[in-house]
Amino acid sequence: MHTEAKAPAATAGHDQGHHGAPDLAHHFVNHAQQHDAGNLGMWMFLSTEVLFFGGLFGAYTVYRHKFEKVFEQASNILDPFLGGINTIILLFSSVTMALAVRSAQQGRSKGIIAWMAATIVFGVMFLGVKAFEWRHDAAIHVFPTSDFCWSYAREMHVTHEHPEYKARAPQTYYAKDQANPESRQGKMFFFLYFSMTSLHALHMLVGFGVMLVVMFYAYKGYYTTSYFVPVESIGLYWHFVDLVWIFLYPLLYLLGAHLQGSH
Amino acid sequence: MSAHEHDGMHPPAPVWMYVSNFLVLVVLTIVTYFVATLNLGAFSTPIALGIAVVKAALVVLFFMHVYESSPLTKVVIFCSLFILTVLLTFFMVDYTTRNLNVLPPDEVPVTVPKKAA
Repeated sequence: MHTEAKAPAATAGHDQGHHGAPDLAHHFVNHAQQHDAGNLGMWMFLSTEVLFFGGLFGAYTVYRHKFEKVFEQASNILDPFLGGINTIILLFSSVTMALAVRSAQQGRSKGIIAWMAATIVFGVMFLGVKAFEWRHDAAIHVFPTSDFCWSYAREMHVTHEHPEYKARAPQTYYAKDQANPESRQGKMFFFLYFSMTSLHALHMLVGFGVMLVVMFYAYKGYYTTSYFVPVESIGLYWHFVDLVWIFLYPLLYLLGAHLQGSH
Repeated sequence: MSAHEHDGMHPPAPVWMYVSNFLVLVVLTIVTYFVATLNLGAFSTPIALGIAVVKAALVVLFFMHVYESSPLTKVVIFCSLFILTVLLTFFMVDYTTRNLNVLPPDEVPVTVPKKAA
């Protein structure tokens, strides 16, 4: 290549800032530019994620507008207290992730590993609470795989019976549902609830995987105070997952919290 | 002065920034929970979403470091939110001004399990 033929003096200006910086890709002027480019790329990805979830938020908006009353009743079946606990657990995981990125800025690999491990622990706690909720949802016949039964779910919610051991809702409830168009509207709420929360949970699982890879590289001493783009990018991703939940919580859990029979 | 500072990298933010941001977010979560249990009619949703927007802004600015991001990153975030607004606004313009019966047909029968007890 023609650049190889050039005398060292001719490229001295171009090479400024490159000397002794193995963590700086040659096409960047300095570490700050490299950092900003990585940051911009991650935000580009997050913009597509905003629209990915945006489609579901749009569907939610349209159906909630159309089925206002039933959406409140359906939301009332969810437990806003458990949802609130989960919101706080996720905020804990966000602050530990922020501290993991801070450790990277300080060049402390052990800090990255420890704070990310804490983030995963809080993430698993969040999914544990979610699994507990979903088990109850299956028992009252609103979970996707359990035959949806609106009137049964409503009654079990109000009476606070313990329906966990009934494999099927009694036939009379399905007969009630057939006569009641609201059962289909309630089904739409739970379709949206499970689509949105499971897509959110899937994002968390992906986050765990990426965090484990980043922790491995941190253990290998791959990151420096001037290069930690992967640590910061998974940080941004995790905070984005938190952001989605910040909106899911009021829209799904708090919508019907003022109605009677709420926890 | 450490190596990254004269290379234009931002120095790490103090721990108290993250901790205080976290505490404010927790307080807002508790507030939104208790406000939602009150029967405020048409005001509940704007209040709940208003609190959510404040929380989201705190996460974006401080946890995601956007307060010190490059202007280009800020433009990307703005565009992303703008397009989301266009999406949601035109959804609603479409569905509220047209009387199309495209939302779930009421004729679809309720699924009754075959071996119901």
